[in-house]
This record gives sequence, structure tokens and C-alpha cells, in this order.
Amino acid sequence: MQRLTHLDRLEAESIHIMREVVAEASNPVMLYSVGKDSAVMLHLARKAFYPAPPPFPLLHVDTTWKFQAMYALRDKAAKDAGMELLVYQNPEAKERGINPFDHGPLHTDMWKTEGLKQALDLHKFDVAFGGARRDEEKSRAKERIFSFRTASHGWDPKNQRPELWNLYNARKAKGESIRVFPISNWTELDIWQYLMKEGIEIVPLYMAAQRPTVERDGLLLMVDDDRFPLEPGETPVMRSIRFRTLGCYPLTGAVESEASTLADVVQEMLLTTTSERQGRAIDKDEGGAGMEKKKQEGYF
Amino acid sequence: MADQASEPAYQTDALIAEDIDAYLELHQNKELLRFITCGSVDDGKSTLIGRLLYDSKMIFEDQLAALEADSKRVGTQGQEIDFALLVDGLAAEREQGITIDVAYRFFSTEKRKFIVADTPGHEQYTRNMVTGASTADLAVILIDARKGVLVQTRRHSYLAHLIGIRHLVLAVNKMDLVDYDQATFDAIVADYRAFAAEIGIADFTAIPLSGFKGDNITAAPSANTPWYAGPSLIAHLEAVEIETAAAQLRPFRMPVQWVNRPNLDFRGFAGLIAEGSIKPGDAVRIVPSGKTSTVKSIVTMDGELEEAVAGQSVTLTLADEVDCSRGDVLAVADNPPQSADQFEATLVWMSDEALLPGRGYWLKLATQTVSATVAQPKYEVDINSLDHFAAKTLDLNAIGVCEVTTDRPIVFEAYETSRALGGFILVDKLTNATVAAGMIHFSLRRAQNVHWQALEIGREQHAAIKGQTPAVLWFTGLSGSGKSTIANLVEKKLHAAGRHSFLLDGDNVRHGLNKDLGFTDADRIENVRRVGEVAKLMTDAGLVVLTAFISPFRAERDLVRAMLPHGEFIEIFVDTPLSVAEERDVKGLYKKARAGELKNFTGIDSPYERPENPEMRIDTTRTSPEDAAELIVERLLGAWTPSL
Repeated sequence: MQRLTHLDRLEAESIHIMREVVAEASNPVMLYSVGKDSAVMLHLARKAFYPAPPPFPLLHVDTTWKFQAMYALRDKAAKDAGMELLVYQNPEAKERGINPFDHGPLHTDMWKTEGLKQALDLHKFDVAFGGARRDEEKSRAKERIFSFRTASHGWDPKNQRPELWNLYNARKAKGESIRVFPISNWTELDIWQYLMKEGIEIVPLYMAAQRPTVERDGLLLMVDDDRFPLEPGETPVMRSIRFRTLGCYPLTGAVESEASTLADVVQEMLLTTTSERQGRAIDKDEGGAGMEKKKQEGYF
Repeated sequence: MADQASEPAYQTDALIAEDIDAYLELHQNKELLRFITCGSVDDGKSTLIGRLLYDSKMIFEDQLAALEADSKRVGTQGQEIDFALLVDGLAAEREQGITIDVAYRFFSTEKRKFIVADTPGHEQYTRNMVTGASTADLAVILIDARKGVLVQTRRHSYLAHLIGIRHLVLAVNKMDLVDYDQATFDAIVADYRAFAAEIGIADFTAIPLSGFKGDNITAAPSANTPWYAGPSLIAHLEAVEIETAAAQLRPFRMPVQWVNRPNLDFRGFAGLIAEGSIKPGDAVRIVPSGKTSTVKSIVTMDGELEEAVAGQSVTLTLADEVDCSRGDVLAVADNPPQSADQFEATLVWMSDEALLPGRGYWLKLATQTVSATVAQPKYEVDINSLDHFAAKTLDLNAIGVCEVTTDRPIVFEAYETSRALGGFILVDKLTNATVAAGMIHFSLRRAQNVHWQALEIGREQHAAIKGQTPAVLWFTGLSGSGKSTIANLVEKKLHAAGRHSFLLDGDNVRHGLNKDLGFTDADRIENVRRVGEVAKLMTDAGLVVLTAFISPFRAERDLVRAMLPHGEFIEIFVDTPLSVAEERDVKGLYKKARAGELKNFTGIDSPYERPENPEMRIDTTRTSPEDAAELIVERLLGAWTPSL
């Protein structure tokens, strides 16, 4: 008798989900955001279809405001996996010069929410894998693994399909699509442990190093390139920082840390007292119901 | 609050700080247990789960700060922390103050990681509990110590038992509100034991708890319950047997999900092992084909495995080139599962749209998807009294026992033997909604026992002597669209041409064969099904059959189409706009329906689903009945290849 650990079981579940999608969808895609959750998801996809490469492309909905280190890893990871990488930038956001400094929530809405819808419509993808986890946030705790979207990408939390055993209903009408979250049941700690156990490459920004920073509105921001408009009197200060989540660099707060290895990071995380998404400005809009509202509008 | 923060279940801070590698090694080897909590809002369920998360340090400082603020603002515990606020998710529920769906929570102790399905206890949400329970190894049934065993306790226990959960915990909560009185606890347990035996629950573990105060959650006995000799809730959750471990001991079964063929030299069968274990060299049988081979290798990205077990997703290669694809099951060669096309099953209905007996649904079981019909229930179960009663259909949240027939044999096992090969879902073919969960009891041997009588004079001989090819001209359209008028004209022309035909008219059939049927959706389906069967017998006799029925549902017309050989079903859509048909109102029925004297009248208060691809469409606003009949006869005779 073999004893399966929780990581073994989670891995098997995620692989099973991905194979169901490939067997039943006509044109699936994997959303790839270059973060640690995406890294785990991509790794699981490689395992699911080995020795074949995963039979779908990666899609990066780019805001043009990601950290430079993220762009570098993105291209390498796709190449290592032998997968096609599609990059989509919302042309309207580009034309209007939407940026996180001047446009606040509109930045996320235009580049990410709208960009995602446009990209899915453009390529006519019927299933999109996303790396969301149920432990991230209260409204995500209730989302299905196969989450149904109307033709206009809406999500109706009151009208979700019941999900029984490991039988997933992937049927849909023309124009409708499904978001599939293969790592729904993973926790943040599971992700870190799996990254270590499997030796998966992640963006170095997750580990502490000396980086140029400014402090603004209680967030510690990294000055990643010269597009960062410094306010009068502001000078970047070198601090030993790392990131718990990675989004657009001006929206993602860093934490001061000395944890320069994965094990150090996990240790710090376990002893720390702030939760994962706190560093992201995005959840703080619209009070407690921020994420749920975004999801109804089509954001992951 | 009972001081249990330093109990061994969570004593890790020191180890994390001193030796992170040792800690990670420990954590990496944890097992996973999935369980479900059942209880109503008032039983303190959310509070208990909030407490489990809180004690296992799954709550961070900023969440705690938010929790404290929320507790004061909207909490129900006065100035104390309201743990329930941690787990109440969606905005709509927060307003209503109740949980309305299944939510999944995560926490871990030193020994195990837990996934908790949190489901509501409100009566109308049976489907949510069944959904949450379907993946659970264990169920925690919450009871308010002040109230004892309630109807809902029986309901939750019945559902947990129905879905095959073998480990039940009777959590007698709010003990603090009955002064931790042992007699109260004992009385509740005795009461529950009597009921449990009644429904076949052999064993359960009863624990006196206070989710609010923390008694017997992580350590037992708490100072308040010195009389309690059993384990704490956590200790029990850490000790019970996990379902996938038990599954390893059963005969090998792996439903094939996907065939991996990256190149001509590799052909792997990918799947999640449902039961048993497998090694290279083991003999396997592919069901339903029955072909055998041996396992050549177990392929993973981390190298080939010497053994794989239930709960693992693997890719197997076989020694022989055998046919095997998605939907097949790889099984141990000398003890494979059976296949059949007719079953008795328990159905839990999960859709607002009631079961329509006779209608075709998609049935998904493991990796097989087939078309299936459900007969009128043998009985429905009252989940409060557990009484059986007669039912014509199943509504949302109803549970009933039915016969299910699939259009081709599927590989299965009884649900009590295998959740993976005995559990299925039904999917509505039009809306694609998941409408039911099903659990197979056994196959019905009828399909194998009713052999076709071998007839020496068959349909070909019948047709040949008449010099014609049989066909069904199926006229469909609104009441008053002109179906019968046109069908009559067509039959006259066929008769004049010396063809043997028969017209089955909707009204006439209802005077005899179908006089027991009314006009509900279920009866309409049965009406069409019988007419389809009769039409089929008549084509066997070599006739050209004309039918004139409203036949409003696409699914039923397709059902008849599927009964007949390809090309023999000719769907003729008599397309008359509702306004025109209503204006004609030959039989005065629309007037009655509008006045509310006729219920379920197609076009008024019952839908008509237009054919998507009929063989012929007659637009009666442009084509006269005479011209239409001429067109139809031309099409039919033109298609004929006289067999004389």
C-alpha cells in the first residue's frame, strides 16, 4: 500500500482536470500570468501530457506594466515547455496610454478585464485555464472548478452548475465559454512546497534582494524602470525586499525581507501575519466585495 | 475561552523558526482528508469552521483586524469575535446572513491537510449538500445541544449515508449553553443512535463541542467536560481512514481520459486510477471490448514508476496494439467491471426544471458520455420522514429511485462498490445544465433477457411485396397550422399512386391508444414516444406512415428520429406564425386557451421548439395546402428506389 501525500493528491486532481478539458474542449488555452501560481499550473500541464507538450497555447494578457524580470521568465518558460506563447495587449488601452499612475482602477479594467475578453473573443477560445485558488479570497471559496461564462463573459454566482465527484460538465452553447481552475484546492503553502519539491523556476522577485524602492500610500513600491514618475522630493531607496504576489509593478506592494531562498521565504510566510493579497491594491476597491464584483464583470 | 492554543495539533512555531527544512519535510508528508459540515445557520456551523481556521493559524493579522471590526459592526456575538464572518462569502449571503452555496475551506494540522466543504442546512438546498458530500471522506453533522436531534439532523444524516460517506461525526455543539451537562449529551446520542440504526448507519462518533468557546476542538476532554472520554474533533479528523487509501485494496480500474500520441512510436493511455493498483507486467482488460494486454510501462515526467495506485494520475503504455480510447476502462484482466444499458439508480434532482420521463439527457459516468432516458420514478423519498411515495416526476431537490436506460452499454459498478464507476450526472441537452446526480444500484437484466423474436418475414419482405420503401412523414407545427389538412392531401395522392400508407392523427390517437394521457410536459413526451413506436412498427410492416402531431419538443422528435433507420424519418415543419394560426382557430382552442380554460396550450402557455434542420419546411403563408402536398409527394417518390 502506498501512502499518498496531500501534494500527490492535489497534483493528481489538477492533472485529471486538465486532461478532461483537453478531451472535451474544442479550443482551450492556458492563461499565464508569470506568477508562482501560473508556474505551478504550467508545470502540472507539462506533467499531464508528458511526453507530449501540452496541447494548447499559453496566453499572456499583458498590461505592458509587468516587472521586467517577469517578461524574461515568461518567454523562457514557454520555450522550455515547447508551447506557443500568445501575448495580447488591449489596443484601446495602448492608444489611450492607460497606466496605473494616472488611471487607477481603469488600468486594471482596460488592460486586464477588457484585454482578457478581447483576447478570448479574438482567438475563439472556448475554455481558459486560470490559476486562481479558493483560499485566496472569500468569494473564490465558492467558485466551481469549471466556471461557466456567458457569451459576454459574465459570471452569475447564483447560477453555478453543481459539481459532483470529479465529473465535470464541460458542455456549453456556441459563444459561451468556461474558465477552469485546476489548482482551486491548493493553498499558498501548498504552492510554495510544490515549487520547492519540483524545483520549478519562478521570477526572482519572490526572493529578497536589494532593489530600488519608494514608499507611497503605505505600500512599498519598486522602481522597475524609468516610467515610474517620482513625486517631488521622492528618491528611490535601496531596500532588501521581496514580493508575495506579482502584478503590475506600480500596483504591487513589496515587503521588506531578508528571505533570499525559497525555504527562507516559506519560513517567513509561515511566521508572518499578513495575508497574501494584502500587497495588492486591487482588492481594496469597493469595500469587502471588490473581487466578487470584478469577477462578475469578467476579471479572474 | 478555553485555553488550548498550546495543544500539540498546532505546536509548530518553534520548529518553523529553528529548522524550516525539518518542518517542511514534516508538512510535505501530510495526508489529505476531505470532509463536509452539515447543519443549519443556528447550529453554529460557520463559527465552528471559523474556529478551525483560526486555531490552525489560517487567519492572518490583517484578516483578524478586519474580522474584529466586522464583528463589532455586523456580528451576532456582541463584542466577541464572530468567527462565522470569516467563512460567509458572497455579498448576497452576507446581506441575508445565510450561506447559500457550497464553499471550500482549507486548514491543516501537524498530521493532515483538510478540505472542508461548507454547505448550507436550509431545506431547499439538498443539491448543495449532495454536491459537497460527493467528494468527502467524512461528514460532521452538527446538532445544537439545546435542540437535540431535529428533522434536519435526520435529513443530513440520510444524505451523507446516501452519498456513501462511511465516517460520521455527531458534533453536539453549543455545550456551553447547556452548562456542559452530560445527561443532555447522552440523551442526544441515544436518540441519534436509534435513528441511525433505522437508516443503516452502523457507526458514528459523537463529540460534545463548543465552537464558540473552543471545547473539545483540539484537545479532549476540555476542563468543562471531564466526563467525556473520546477524542477531540481534530484528533478524530487526524485518525479516520482516508477513502483513497481504502480504494487501493480493490480491483484495478482506470477510466481512460485521453490517448497520448505525440508520435508514431508512443501511444499512452492517460487517466486517474479510480481503484486498485497497477505494475508493469500486470494483465489488463479493456472494457467494454474485452480485449486483453499487459502493462508495458507507467510513464510520468519524473521517470517510469514501478507501481501506481488509486488516486494517482498516470499514463500507461500497453504491450500490444489494441483499440482503446476515451470512455473505455482499463481493469484487472480477471475481474473486470460489467457493462449494461439499463439500471436502477437513485437520482437527486438539481434543476428548477423537473425531470421529464422519456426525454433524452446526456449521462456522464467516469469518462463516458451517452444519451439516456429516465422512466417515471418507482418512488420518491421524503427526506424528512424517509417514507416512500409515488411520484410522476422529480422536482428540484427531490430524491427518487428510477430506471435509467442508455443508448449504448456503459461500463459501471454499483455505487456502493465504486463512487467513480457508480456515480453519474445528467445534463440537459438544450440548456447544458447539470440537472441530476445519480447513483447506480444495479443493472436491470431485462435488456439481455428480452430477446428479439427472430422473424422469417422481416421488414424488407414486407416492403418488397408492396414495392415501396417505408418512411415516416412527421408533420410538426402549432395547433391550427394545417398539419392534418396537408397530411390528408398527401395520403390521398399516395393512395392514388398505389402506395400503402397510414395516417396517425393526433386527435384520433388520443381517443384510443393515448386516452390515458393529458397535456402536461411529461404526458406530451409519452404521447410522442408511443406514436413513434407505433409508427416504427408500421414501417416494419412496410408502410408509409404519416403523423400529424404538434410534437412541440425538439428532444422528442429527435427521439423518434433515432428509433428509425437513417433516412426513414422525414420531419416536415408546417410553419405557420402563431398570429395566423390563432386567427384561423379552426377548433376554437386558442380562444379557450386565451380565456384560461385550456392549460398547457402550445404557443400560449407551453413552448413550441422550432425544428432546427427539418427535411422539409412548409411556409403556409406562401404555399397552399395543395401545393405543399404536391411538393411532399414529389420529394418522397423522388427519393424512392423501387425494390421490385
